[in-house]
Amino acid sequence: MSEQPPLQEPLERLPLAKQPVLRQVTKILIPFVIVFGLYVITHGDYGPGGGFQGGVILAAAYILFALVYGVARARRVIPRKATDVLAAVGVLFYGAVGLVGLFGGGTFLDYDFLGTDPASAQALGMFLVELGVGLTVASVMVTVFTEMVEA
Amino acid sequence: MTAGVLRNLPALVVIVPLFMGLVTAILGRQGRAHWLALATAWVTFGLTGLLAYEVLQSPLGFVTYTFGPWADAVPLNLAARPGAVATPGIEYRVDHLNALFLVIVAGMTAIVILGARLSLKKEIPEDRRHVFYGVLLLCLTGLLGITITGDAFNLYVLLEISSLTAYALVAMGKSRDKRALTASFHYLLLGTVGASLILIGIGYLFMVTGTLNMTEMARILQEEIPRRNKTVSTAFALLLAGFGLKAALFPLHAWLPNAYTYSPSVVSTFLASTATKVGLYAGLRFYFTIFGADYTISTFANEALLFLACAAILHGSVMAIQQTNVKRLLAYSSVAQIGYLVIGFCLVDASGHPIESGVTGSLLHVANHAVVKGALFVAAGAVVYRCGAVHLDDLRGLARKMPLTFTAFAVGGLSLIGVPLTGGFISKWHIVSGAIEGGYYPVVAVILIGSLLAVVYVLRMIEPMVFGKPEEGPQVGEAPPSVILPAWILIGISIYFGVNGGALRELVEGAAKTIAGGGS
Repeated sequence: MSEQPPLQEPLERLPLAKQPVLRQVTKILIPFVIVFGLYVITHGDYGPGGGFQGGVILAAAYILFALVYGVARARRVIPRKATDVLAAVGVLFYGAVGLVGLFGGGTFLDYDFLGTDPASAQALGMFLVELGVGLTVASVMVTVFTEMVEA
Repeated sequence: MTAGVLRNLPALVVIVPLFMGLVTAILGRQGRAHWLALATAWVTFGLTGLLAYEVLQSPLGFVTYTFGPWADAVPLNLAARPGAVATPGIEYRVDHLNALFLVIVAGMTAIVILGARLSLKKEIPEDRRHVFYGVLLLCLTGLLGITITGDAFNLYVLLEISSLTAYALVAMGKSRDKRALTASFHYLLLGTVGASLILIGIGYLFMVTGTLNMTEMARILQEEIPRRNKTVSTAFALLLAGFGLKAALFPLHAWLPNAYTYSPSVVSTFLASTATKVGLYAGLRFYFTIFGADYTISTFANEALLFLACAAILHGSVMAIQQTNVKRLLAYSSVAQIGYLVIGFCLVDASGHPIESGVTGSLLHVANHAVVKGALFVAAGAVVYRCGAVHLDDLRGLARKMPLTFTAFAVGGLSLIGVPLTGGFISKWHIVSGAIEGGYYPVVAVILIGSLLAVVYVLRMIEPMVFGKPEEGPQVGEAPPSVILPAWILIGISIYFGVNGGALRELVEGAAKTIAGGGS
């Protein structure tokens, strides 16, 4: 990755961005996709879904943007360094949740130490862990996509 | 604080390298990565040492640790076992056998990273170096996790972590030699096949026993399930093939020579002294603890393994003799040595029990081979550092140009052959005496022929170093002390093993009893 692609490739040169319908639909869809991704992550402990699925949906929003508006623009939104760091931070966050139990006097990943009563503490623990998973999965999906496009 | 560390010791052995691997990848720029990784590896080594000490002190002979509050058993709905229950949580369980492998893996990594800085400066571009160290620590995490875990599925997950990171580590040799990419891809394809076999095998065992906890699984398989259950036999065959591939047992070793030859020197050393050993450990755990020696030795797998191990020794040694690249020569020598690692476990006495001195010999050889092959690969890395490549021609006159490196090659070579006063002698002695005890005279012959072939390939390295005339042109000097230091530490350890085993002997004997006694 020695040289960056030009930052402002004119929209007319991107085949998909030439289509006004695609451009507008993408703009309208992306917020909904992101909200749905967050919904799937946060409701993983009650219903179908969870960090993996939600993370992929979040990344899908980014990939949709990159497909239509070009990778150079997408990379300005989330640079490579950010995805590298976020992927690691997600795992660290997961691990840190596990450490709370360990330092609280229990064992690793013992969520009971996150709250006062075990039931809500377990729910909170699962939620936090899913958040970490979602962050990592989304960043890795973005990395995989952009690496393949840029290579 | 101290009590907390001691209580959570088994978890910390895996958590520390996992966290620090990620932290190294984030914060490791400007050369910090080396020091972070070095500190992490030594702390992890300390933790495994402490854990091994606890195991030796423990009256039960093992230390156990459960994750999270999953203490309650849940009822299962299994056709094979009506009314069965299982505990869903993950357990780490450390006995003499895994304590031994944990100390070897963590110790070898700590020593390897000690000399990594300068040699990586030449082999990995600066902007990828922090990622390299991060991935190396994650690979260590996976290897330690496989060794420490008492949960079959957890073992598979950690196996994937260590394998994926190992493929990445091999591929990072691409800036020195583009062939690292094909070597890594080859390794990836075969490794994935092996991992799939292991996953299916574990799945079949789960189907039959309804549990993933290894201790429970072992109890159910040995007490409740009728002996000739087809699902169990299939699982056994799949797991054997899978772990055989991970341990690079002949004829499943095809990934190994290229992966070791084209990866960065540090990675060759790291993988040669840890990855195949961990594959072997996982195989042993399933072979002796989960299926149990009574079952496995009654199948023809035992004789098949013995035959393959002998074939590995002969094939590996003969191939090693034909190589002109020193790293490839050492890689084929590893293929041969894996034969010695397996042979001792297949020797059975008249009553159908594993022979203890054979088992002790092979376990000692795990430690010896890790140390010696580590030293030889470090020495080869020092030659790469000075000359850029390691063909036999590059070694000409090395005894005068790089005396420290030469001595490491020489002593390491002697230990590979199994000359007295080196560690290799002790382990081969035990294996041979086990083979004689069980009346396996052809095996004795194979081991002796293998040692003679080792003399040939070691001499092929030593001869040009002593008698070869150095080429004209710029004279190269001794490698910097920090590059060659790990080789000297390892040579020292090897000689120490050859003269006096100390705490290692205690661990090995405990582990040999675990295996020969039919599970913990």
